[in-house]
Amino acid sequence: MNGPHDVGGDQGFGPLPLEHDEPLFHGDWERRVLALTLAMGATGQWNLDTSRSARESLPPARYLSSSYYEIWFEALLVLLERKGLISAAEHRAIDRGTDPTLVPAGEAADAVSLPVLRPERVAPALAAGSPTARPGASSRFSPGDRVRVRLMNPRGHTRAPRYIRGRPGIISASHGAHVFPDVHALGKGEASEPLYTVRFLATDLWGADTSAEAIQVDCWESYLEADTDSGSGSAAAQPGLGER
Amino acid sequence: MKDDRQNDKPADHPVPLADIELRVRALETLLTARGYVDPAALDALLETYESKIGPHNGARVVARAWVDPAYRQRLLDDATSAVAELGYSGRQGEHLLAVANAPGVHHLVVCTLCSCYPWPVLGLPPVWYKSPAFRSRAVIDPRGVLAEFGLVLAPETRIEVHDSTAELRYLVLPERPAGTDGFDEGQLAALVSRDAMIGTALAGIPEAA
Repeated sequence: MNGPHDVGGDQGFGPLPLEHDEPLFHGDWERRVLALTLAMGATGQWNLDTSRSARESLPPARYLSSSYYEIWFEALLVLLERKGLISAAEHRAIDRGTDPTLVPAGEAADAVSLPVLRPERVAPALAAGSPTARPGASSRFSPGDRVRVRLMNPRGHTRAPRYIRGRPGIISASHGAHVFPDVHALGKGEASEPLYTVRFLATDLWGADTSAEAIQVDCWESYLEADTDSGSGSAAAQPGLGER
Repeated sequence: MKDDRQNDKPADHPVPLADIELRVRALETLLTARGYVDPAALDALLETYESKIGPHNGARVVARAWVDPAYRQRLLDDATSAVAELGYSGRQGEHLLAVANAPGVHHLVVCTLCSCYPWPVLGLPPVWYKSPAFRSRAVIDPRGVLAEFGLVLAPETRIEVHDSTAELRYLVLPERPAGTDGFDEGQLAALVSRDAMIGTALAGIPEAA
């Protein structure tokens, strides 16, 4: 979706919030939000793409005026209510800062059985992570191929930022098949497809108003089409993903 | 495509929001009472990110790559496996890629859409990495961004920006500073800052932040 999260190339956000000797957390509540988000994620009621989709679906003004852990917290509440793990009345109680366990029984969510993350499972779960590489799916493109990002504006989750849509680039690396977030976020399976790194010349994205040489973006195959327009030849014969 | 916001309507809160501290505590109370989170597991999660995982992990990887050409090659060919050799793997680092700075080429990592970051080697990202200011500008004016860190590159140096839009996580392999012949891996690792592995600093130069 064309949401407030898709900020690449936007202007006017001001200086970087650099902080000397920055602490890992700014307040205990940030620690609790991280832990609650990871622990509830580990129960498998939704996946990371669903979480990202919930975060970027917050109203734009709200998203941009919230800190990062505030965004995580709002999205966690949305997901919990969507899954029926908390009720609307409990959500409201939380928003008021009152004790949600005092919500009358008729307005409370039913308790369900979940595979709760136990302390002895924390280290193995973090070590395993959630790899997204999948076998199969032969790749349509190869490193060096000219491609163009499809001009598209899906209303759902996508990982194709606006600033590359419709722009030409060159495949710089091929990564095999990976879980496709645009479908995975909907809870409709993995729909794995080939993933590539595409190298865009900065001038093809921004014209003269850039100080970058190139921007490399990871793109799933269905974001891309072969670029038959040989007019923009400047991107040819450039280095790959990095110095090898 | 269906707009999955339509069922949720989180936008219009009927009540003014209480302080975030109160709201977070209220949610934790409910999830704990319902048995959906185990307080000991929350403690274990936090202990992991507060004391075990951080940029010292990535610094060891970089130092090894500086002293061992075969390791460096493995890191560039398959960073996930090479990093796992040193014992680092897992969440938000399932698929790692290393990009090496070289004379005339400087790499910078960003996630414009959220805050994707290689947790097993760098820990949790700093506030600036997650900020719209960094995410918006890194892809269009990286030189301006680097200048705010006090890093001014030669005009002829090409800047390659990597926008982590997938589950691939990028680690910048900075150039080994001059004058470090004879340094052991521990001494070299001490020269590698978190920012040098994101690309907003060079190795061996103190961070401006």
